[in-house]
Amino acid sequence: MPIKTYRQAINEAMAQEMRRDSSVIVIGEDVAGGAGCDGERDAYGGVMGVTKGLFPEFGESRVIDTPITESAIMGAAAGAAQTGLRPIAELMFMDFLGVCFDQIYNQAAKFRYMFGGKAQCPMVVRTMAGAGLRGGAQHSQNLTQMVTMVPGLKVVCPTNAYDAKGLLITAIRDNDCVIFVEDKFLYETSCDVPDEMYAISFGEANFLREGTDVTIVGISNTVNKALAVADRLAAEGISCDVIDPRTTSPLDEESIIESVEVTGRLVIVDEMTPRCGIAADISSIIAEKAFGALRAPITKVTAAHSPIPFAPALEDAWMPQESDIEAAVRAVLGYVR
Amino acid sequence: MSLDKKQFLQAYRTMRTIRDFEYRVSDEFGKGNIPGFLHLYAGQEAIATGMCMNLSDDDYIVSTHRGHGHCIAKGGDVGDMMKEIMAKQGGSCAGKGGSMHIAAVEKGMLGANAIVGGGPPLIVGAALSAKTLGTGSVGVSFTGDGGSNQGTTFEAMNLAVVLQVPAIFLFENNGYGEGTAAGYAVGSKDIASRAAAFGMPALKVDGADIFETYKTCKKAVDHCRSGKGPIAIEASITRFRGHFEGDAQQYRGKGEVKRLMKELDCLKIASDLGIKQKLATKAELKAIDAEVAVYIDEAATTALAASSPDVSELLTDVYSSAY
Repeated sequence: MPIKTYRQAINEAMAQEMRRDSSVIVIGEDVAGGAGCDGERDAYGGVMGVTKGLFPEFGESRVIDTPITESAIMGAAAGAAQTGLRPIAELMFMDFLGVCFDQIYNQAAKFRYMFGGKAQCPMVVRTMAGAGLRGGAQHSQNLTQMVTMVPGLKVVCPTNAYDAKGLLITAIRDNDCVIFVEDKFLYETSCDVPDEMYAISFGEANFLREGTDVTIVGISNTVNKALAVADRLAAEGISCDVIDPRTTSPLDEESIIESVEVTGRLVIVDEMTPRCGIAADISSIIAEKAFGALRAPITKVTAAHSPIPFAPALEDAWMPQESDIEAAVRAVLGYVR
Repeated sequence: MSLDKKQFLQAYRTMRTIRDFEYRVSDEFGKGNIPGFLHLYAGQEAIATGMCMNLSDDDYIVSTHRGHGHCIAKGGDVGDMMKEIMAKQGGSCAGKGGSMHIAAVEKGMLGANAIVGGGPPLIVGAALSAKTLGTGSVGVSFTGDGGSNQGTTFEAMNLAVVLQVPAIFLFENNGYGEGTAAGYAVGSKDIASRAAAFGMPALKVDGADIFETYKTCKKAVDHCRSGKGPIAIEASITRFRGHFEGDAQQYRGKGEVKRLMKELDCLKIASDLGIKQKLATKAELKAIDAEVAVYIDEAATTALAASSPDVSELLTDVYSSAY
């Protein structure tokens, strides 16, 4: 099977869906790049090169460069989705949610319900999140929790190239507004990705390691950190179940509950600030629904409650590291009532 | 005149329907038959009517929190609207929207919007669909003087110009954004020239005169349909009621409302001009008044008798399929 990067897998999903369905468009800032300039068009193909090559193939009517205008991009995508197109709108950095959130949570997310089931909003918001690239406080955040809490939105957090392609294809075909959160730390990572199209269902967690001692749930790139920890601990005879929910909305609660019923111990890892985050949410669900199975306190490994610092030493301390996950696993294993 | 006899009678009927609808829901609100908030369009009827007469079901509009008039003018079912506003089964939005989210999606009325400035970006998208799919449709955002000050509106106007989509930004300047004068809140004092500064033509019209609003809106729609990109209109008008029902309007001058209701009553202006131009007789207009009165009364009576939505509907239509 061909090896492709996360970036290539996402690009391929868009290109294949655009070939299949002429109502799919891409709209955003520099999704091609070079508009109105004397140099080359498709100069960027997205600031991280994820949409590169779509412009030459599909042209300016379907790969639409906009001004830097996030509210209008999200609003235009929502209005277009209500009237026959299936837009993939790029929100360059998830941090920019603040300048367009109304168009997402008050508009796109609510059309179907607010208008009694007579409207729909089949759009995808592709956005990139994640710290570790020294982007500072406004180019590094993962704000998955802010969209996960909104009824009407679906939220996808692919953690590898294979999932990214299959989940994006599902997102584009979905008739609701889907927030597709790409972890910018993963663009260069690669794995086997089939050339043909395939769809991965939302709300179905992926069991990446099967174990009996501790359940580790990760979100976005923290899944990969959890896997590294699980593999190291396996050498010591500690067996971890590593679960990637893949979508935070809908959330596959059942799979996490089933795992905790076996292990009795749960460590949840996300790269978000700790209050009201995804780890906190999953923690409350398990405390309510699998309380009897717990043999140790549920433990959250999250980022710190501070803006994201710039200095590498500080940022590394801000975000959850493998050593934090390992310490948490050892702590729940060593817990004595 | 810009309207022929048939068009004039249609315009008069639409305006009368909106006026009677609004006064009836005001009455029902006073009797406690309508939950929530109501923002009425009475006084502004000639604007929605003049615009929507130039549109078909394939054209799109988005509206404001003051949206009943736009919905009726776009062909929304008055009975379903009455049920929706009274929070009843069979309402336009199944009782999940209410007055501030009144819609007739099947007629191209994509929804009233309770976020001031929420609509303009959406109409850029509807106009983008029209352009991309080559349907020949146009999109119209009805926005108030209040919404004209929102950043979303500025972004939408700029993007519409950049993408050259068939969008019309129709600003209804009724003089007040809630309880603050447009003369205070619109820094430039002139919404049309501000829209023009984004790089599109902008027209101004007396919003109380149906002949003028029809003519100006026709110009704008023709502009969009001929592929010339977006255009703006500023229609000046007054509102007969408060920002919301129950608003004591202490911010308005002494006798102001009474005077403006006399000077700027679009129905009175229409009937005077229509009769003078021999487009209608007094008797014809009276007959329309009587028919509309019956129509509105039937809608209200039916809605009053309808049941509340079943609570089993609480979680339907949050998503397209099982979640």
